[in-house]
Amino acid sequence: MPVEPASDHAPHHAPPHVHGEACGCGHVHARPVDPTALVSARGLVFTRGGRDLISGVDLDVASGEIVTIIGPNGAGKTTLVKLMLGIEQPDQGVVLRPSETRIGYVPQRFEVDRAIPMTVERFLALGLTVTPAAVLSALRETGAERTASQQLSKLSGGETQRVLIARALLRNPHLLVLDEPARGVDYVGEADLYELIGRLRDSRKLGVLLISHDLHVVMAKSDRVICLNGHVCCSGKPEAVAQHAEYARLFGPQAASALAVYLHHHDHAHDLSGTAHPVTEPAEARPPDGGPAARETR
Amino acid sequence: MFDFPEPFVLRALAAGIGLAVVAAPLGCIVVWRRMAYVGETLAQSSLLGVALGLALNIDLTLAVIVAAVIAALVLTAFGRQKLLALDSVLGLMHHAALALGVIAIALLKGPSIDLMSYLFGDVFAVTTSDLFWVYGGGAVVLALTVWLWRPLVRLSLHEDLATAEGINPRTPRALFDILLAVTIAVSMKIVGILLVMAFLVVPAVAARPLASTPERMAVIAALVAAVSVVAGLALSLYTDAPGGPSIVLAMCGFAAISLLAMGRRAS
Repeated sequence: MPVEPASDHAPHHAPPHVHGEACGCGHVHARPVDPTALVSARGLVFTRGGRDLISGVDLDVASGEIVTIIGPNGAGKTTLVKLMLGIEQPDQGVVLRPSETRIGYVPQRFEVDRAIPMTVERFLALGLTVTPAAVLSALRETGAERTASQQLSKLSGGETQRVLIARALLRNPHLLVLDEPARGVDYVGEADLYELIGRLRDSRKLGVLLISHDLHVVMAKSDRVICLNGHVCCSGKPEAVAQHAEYARLFGPQAASALAVYLHHHDHAHDLSGTAHPVTEPAEARPPDGGPAARETR
Repeated sequence: MFDFPEPFVLRALAAGIGLAVVAAPLGCIVVWRRMAYVGETLAQSSLLGVALGLALNIDLTLAVIVAAVIAALVLTAFGRQKLLALDSVLGLMHHAALALGVIAIALLKGPSIDLMSYLFGDVFAVTTSDLFWVYGGGAVVLALTVWLWRPLVRLSLHEDLATAEGINPRTPRALFDILLAVTIAVSMKIVGILLVMAFLVVPAVAARPLASTPERMAVIAALVAAVSVVAGLALSLYTDAPGGPSIVLAMCGFAAISLLAMGRRAS
């Protein structure tokens, strides 16, 4: 599998995008925008205090794909997501959010001030035209129906995340954006949460853009991992990124070996079909529409 | 001490209860957004409005509203700069406005003017034209508060989430600052510059332990405020205590009872 460093401005390999490849193509400039993408960014630059927090980032998320952003603290992960959502405006570059793309957002820190009384039910319906039945059904879908009449400020970390995902689902999103959903959640809760996200992607054909603080759990389910450190260091399939030199430089060689251990474990624990995945899958050609076909082989 | 309420008592009651209902929902949002210090600064800036009104010989309530709204706009502009923390800006503006207001009034009217009535209010001096401000202006403020309620609640909960969901945070925030300025300016007559924020914030604090949703908190805060106006005015009439501080004391009493009850339930 060819692995190229992102800083190498090599011409883009023509026929398209091969999944499973850490090609660093996020860095190739003036890449044409995929018209079927749920959200696209080209050449994003975001500068604060004379420092480029984000420089030259391209990013697309297609329907039905899970894209995970990893990177060290201060790498600009949250900033990038805020740019993609329109919460912040880039200093250079463009973010294209087709008007028909509905986005559900699960922010990183959702610590509700105890001064604000708010039941989960009331929060889910706030500003939306939804029936109480729809609210309960969304809570059931995320496994948080027990919290319906509880106060938002008293939920545990995992419950809060599930309630936030339920609110996102009530907007009937095409794209789910989650900023470190596993923060403040224990190890088991974290695996459950990622399982839920994977299930929602499958049942609702959602595109998912996820920031992960801990790549070991999420990576196996991701279609694409983007390693960010202000710029895109490398990107591709989880296994490919883990072996990438840039990744090893950012996270240390231990992280790469820890990841390999996890992938092995994951194949046994979570494969519903019972067949074991090879740790390094052959690269799959991605269908031009970015549809779910590529996933069905997983 | 009195058999039937005198007209001045009725006017005081009418103004106090009307303002209580208008101010309570705004007070809740002030508490949620931790804006008490912003409100204090707007209130102290109102004193400059008094000076302005005396100098130009125009309606004092109108002059105070204009000054408070200008202060709100200045604060909004200051809020965008990153050089100084908003807290520092408020600390500067709040005391500068108070000092400047006191000096301006003293120079304009000489030492004979009753500064106390501006600082602590004079609820029993409420006139019929004040009632027009309370009910006319109050109805507009209340209607706008209802209209802005959901965006403001969502922005108070989580600004990034609300923005990502399509709310432009600037418009509701700026309108809220103006509503707050108008309410403070009109309330000043009753409880005075130094106590006006208590009039907004304390009923909200008292209502919090009793409420499970934002709407209930606003309604309970309005009830607490209205009952406090009646209790405070009664206290004032029976003991000759000043009216505005009596109302605020009654509010604080309710808040203390409510918080104690919550503390007992939690333990």
